[in-house]
Amino acid sequence: MNQANVSNRSAPWRYFLILTTLLLSLLFVMPNFYGESHAIQVMPIKAGEKIDTSLLQTIEETLEKSEIKNTGSILENFNIKVKFQTAEEQLKAKSLIQNTLGKEYVVALNLVSNSPDWLSNIGALPMYLGLDLRGGVHFLMQVDLSKALEKTTTSYLSEFRAQLRKEKIGYYDATKNNDIMQIKFKSTDELKKGKNIIRNINDNFDFQELSINDEIILKIIISDKTKKSITEFAIKQNLETLHNRVNELGVAEPLIQQQGFDRIVIQLPGVQDTAKAKEILGRTAILEMRMVNEDNFDPTVFEEGNEDQIPINSEVFEDRFGNSILVKKQVILTGERITNAGPGVDSLTGQSIVSITLDGKGASVFKQVTRENIGKRMALLLIEKNLTEVVTAPVIRSEIGGGRVQITGMRNAQEATDIALLLRAGSLAAPMEIIEERTVGPSMGKENISRGVQSTIWGFIAIIIMMAIYYMVFGVISVIALSVNLLFLVGLLSALQATLTLPGLAAIALTLGMAIDANVLINERIRDEIRNDNTPQACINNGYEMAWGTIVDSNITTMIAGLALFMFGSGPIKGFAVVHVLGILTSVYSAIFVSRAIVNYIYGNKRGKIKLSIGEIFKVDNN
Amino acid sequence: MEIFRVKKDIPFMKYSKISAVISITTFILAIFFITLRGLNLGVDFTGGTMMEISYPEAANIENIRETLKEIDLKDTQVQNFGTEEDVLIRLPIREDLSIAELSEKVSTALKSSNNKMEVKRVESVGSQVGDELYENGALAVLFVCIGIMLYLTMRFEWRFAIAAIMANMHDVIIILGFFAFFQWEFNLTVLAAVLAVLGYSVNESVVVFDRVRENFRKMRKSPVADVINNAITRTMSRTIMTHLSTQTVVISMLIFGGEILNNFALALTIGILFGIYSSIMVGCPMAMWLGTNQNNLAISAPERKKENTEL
Repeated sequence: MNQANVSNRSAPWRYFLILTTLLLSLLFVMPNFYGESHAIQVMPIKAGEKIDTSLLQTIEETLEKSEIKNTGSILENFNIKVKFQTAEEQLKAKSLIQNTLGKEYVVALNLVSNSPDWLSNIGALPMYLGLDLRGGVHFLMQVDLSKALEKTTTSYLSEFRAQLRKEKIGYYDATKNNDIMQIKFKSTDELKKGKNIIRNINDNFDFQELSINDEIILKIIISDKTKKSITEFAIKQNLETLHNRVNELGVAEPLIQQQGFDRIVIQLPGVQDTAKAKEILGRTAILEMRMVNEDNFDPTVFEEGNEDQIPINSEVFEDRFGNSILVKKQVILTGERITNAGPGVDSLTGQSIVSITLDGKGASVFKQVTRENIGKRMALLLIEKNLTEVVTAPVIRSEIGGGRVQITGMRNAQEATDIALLLRAGSLAAPMEIIEERTVGPSMGKENISRGVQSTIWGFIAIIIMMAIYYMVFGVISVIALSVNLLFLVGLLSALQATLTLPGLAAIALTLGMAIDANVLINERIRDEIRNDNTPQACINNGYEMAWGTIVDSNITTMIAGLALFMFGSGPIKGFAVVHVLGILTSVYSAIFVSRAIVNYIYGNKRGKIKLSIGEIFKVDNN
Repeated sequence: MEIFRVKKDIPFMKYSKISAVISITTFILAIFFITLRGLNLGVDFTGGTMMEISYPEAANIENIRETLKEIDLKDTQVQNFGTEEDVLIRLPIREDLSIAELSEKVSTALKSSNNKMEVKRVESVGSQVGDELYENGALAVLFVCIGIMLYLTMRFEWRFAIAAIMANMHDVIIILGFFAFFQWEFNLTVLAAVLAVLGYSVNESVVVFDRVRENFRKMRKSPVADVINNAITRTMSRTIMTHLSTQTVVISMLIFGGEILNNFALALTIGILFGIYSSIMVGCPMAMWLGTNQNNLAISAPERKKENTEL
C-alpha cells in the first residue's frame, strides 16, 4: 500500500467540525449538572387556557403573606412554575395555593431543572428520565370498543323507533344483535317508507331486505367506515376524559396517548398515591338517564327473585340504599351529552346537589322527555364494571329546558363533589380496563440512577486503565475518543429528549464497552503495519484505512439488532434500544473521526524517524 | 505490552472436529434443559404481578406469607430480593380481580400489618399483554437473524452469512440453556440482552471473516484452513482486548447494577464468553465446510479499495 511520503494531516474543516460538535454536545450536556429544585406547577383545569401575569402576582402575594420563600418563578404559556428550597416549603405552598385559587386550577408538585435560563431558552434541557428513574406510575389501558358500537346501535335503534312511530309506519319488532339491527315491518310498502326514514336519520348504513316465513325484515348494518369513525371517536373521547381525570389528580407532566388500535398509555411521573390514581383513572363509569317504570311497580316481586315477572322492556337495579327500582331499558341520554357538572347546594332545602349542563342535542331531548313525563321519575344510572347502580331517581316536577339540570338526593357535600367530578370528567364512550401497571417508588428511582451511573463510571475507569497500559499513547487517544463518545451520547440524548431508563443507562455502559472495539481494531492494525516495517506515517494511514471496512461491517450488523429491538421492543427494551442505536452512531463517529484527528494532531506533522507509542510489539521472525 | 505472542499461526481448524463435538454437545444440552426445565419466564411474558417491597429492618417473610394467606391469595411466591430488607412477591393472574385491584389489595394488607413497609416497585401485566410481549420478542429475534443474514450475504457471501448466524444461534441457545438450567428469571430486560448479544456476537464473526477475506486475496495459493488459521491468529489480540473491555463493563454492572440489571449482565457475560468461542470454533469451521474459498470470496476486491480512500 501507500508506502512513502504519506502525511497524516487533517484538513482544518475536520478540526472545525469536531470542535463544533464537541461544543454543541457540551452545551446540551450542561443542564444535566445543575440539579433540580422542588417546585409547584399551576395550570388551569381547562387545557389550553392561557395564563397571565396577574395570576403569577396572586400566587406570589399569597406566598409572601404566609412567609413561604420561593427561589424564583417561571411564567410559561400554559402554566406557572414556582421553585422552592425544600420539599416542606413545596408541600406547604401546594396546599396554600390550591386553596387560594380554587377548583379552576390544578396545582401539582414538580421538579424543575436549576439550569440557567439561557440554556433552557436554546432548548438545552436535562435528559428526560423514564419512570423507573424518577418514580411514578405507568398504566396501559384496554378500551372495549365493542361496547362503544353496542351503545351506538342501541341509541340508533331507539331513534328509529321514535321516528317510525311518529311517521306512523307499521312495524312490530325492532331488535339488534351486536352491530346489526333488524326491524320487522307489516308490509313491503311500509318497509320502503321506513327505509327512507332511516336514511334521513343517517345515510351511512348498508341495508338488507329479507322475507322469511312471511315476515318482512329490514336488516340495518353499520358500514365499516362508520364503525371506524365510531371507534375512533370513542378512543378520542376516552383520551379526553382521561386528560380531565389526570388533571384532577394534579400531575405536572402526564403522558396520555393512544397506543395501537384500541389501547391508551398513561404515565404519571411522581405520582405516589397509586391507589387514588387507579381509582380515578379506572372508573369505567358510563352514565345513563332512563325512565323509571312505574306502571307495575311491586318491589316484593323482585326481592323474591321472581325474575320472569319483570316486564320485558325493563330491568331491575338497586339504588344506594339497597332499594330495588324497575327501570326501562330505553336510554334517554348518556353521559356523552354532559358538558359540565358541579356540586352545589339547593337554595330551598339546603341539601347537596349536583348541577349538570347538557349540550344542544342533549338539552332538546331532555326538554321533550321532561315535558312528556311530568310527575314521573327519571333514574340516573352509573355503570361501572358491569355493576349498575341507580345514583338517584328524582321526580320530574316540570319541563326542563335550556339544558341545565339539578340532581338532588346526594347524601353529603363530598358525594356531590365526587359525582360531579365523575360527570364533569365525562363518562367514557367505551369501558376501559388496566391491563398493565408498572409502579416505581421515589427511592427506587434514585437508587436506579445511582446503580446505572456507578456501573458506567467504574466500567469506564477500568477501560481507561486497560487501554492506557496496553496501547500507551494510542490507548490514551482511544480513551479520549471514548470520553468524547460519552459526551456526544449524553448530549444527543439530552438534545433529542429521548426517554432514559435503567436499561438505557445499561446501554450507555455497554456502548462504552463495545465502542472501544473500533479503537482496538485500529490500534491492532497499526501494530500489524509496524510489524511489516512500514514508515510510521504509512502505519497510521494504513491502519485506519484497513480497519474502516471492518468497523463499518461490524457496526451495521450491531445496528440491525438495535433497530429490531427498537421496532419490536416495548418498555424496557425500547429504552435500551434507543440508547444502543444512538451509541453505535456516536461511537463510529468518535472512534474514527475524532481519534484520527487527535493522532494526526500529535504525529501528523512529524517527519522521518519517529516512534509511535502504541505499546511493545512482538515481532514474528519470518525466517 | 503484547499479551498474545505467537510465532506461528495456531492451527485452530485442526481442532475443528473436536470443537464440533463440543459445540453440538453443549447445544443439545442447552436444548435439553430448555425443553426439560423450561425458562423461568418473568411476569412480562406470563402475565401476573410482581411487587418489590422493602422494610427498614430485616423483613419477616413468614409474616408476609401469613398476611397474604389471610386475604385469600394463593400460589404466591415470597422471597428476599438482594438484601434482607427487600422482599419480592409474585402473584399469578386472578380471574376475579383486575391486576390493578390485586396489587392494591396486597399493599393495603401488608401496610396494615406493618406500616413501615414501602412499595418500591410494582409490575403487573395482563395475560394478553404478556402473550404479545412474548410474540414481539420472538419476532425481534427472527428479524435480527434475517437482517444480519441479508447484510452478510450482500457484504460477504451466503456461506459466511449461514456460518455467522449458526454461530449466533449457538450463543443464544446456550444463554437460554443457562437460564433454563439455573432457573434464572427471564424477563424483557434479559431479552434485550439476548438481542444485544445477537448483534455483538455477529460483530465478532464479521471481524474474523473480514480478515479471512483479506487473507484470501493475499494468500491465493494457501489451503483454506491455513488462511482461516492465520486470520484468527492475527485478530486474536483484538479479540481479547475488545472482549476484555466489554466484559469489564459488564462485571461493573454485575457489581453495581443491582438486582434489576443482574440477569441482564449474566446473559451478556455468557453471550460474550461463548461469542468468542463460537465465532472462532463454530463460525469459521462452518464457513470452511460450506466450501468457502479464494474463488468465491476474493473476487470483489477492487470495490473495497474504492471505499477506503475516503477516510
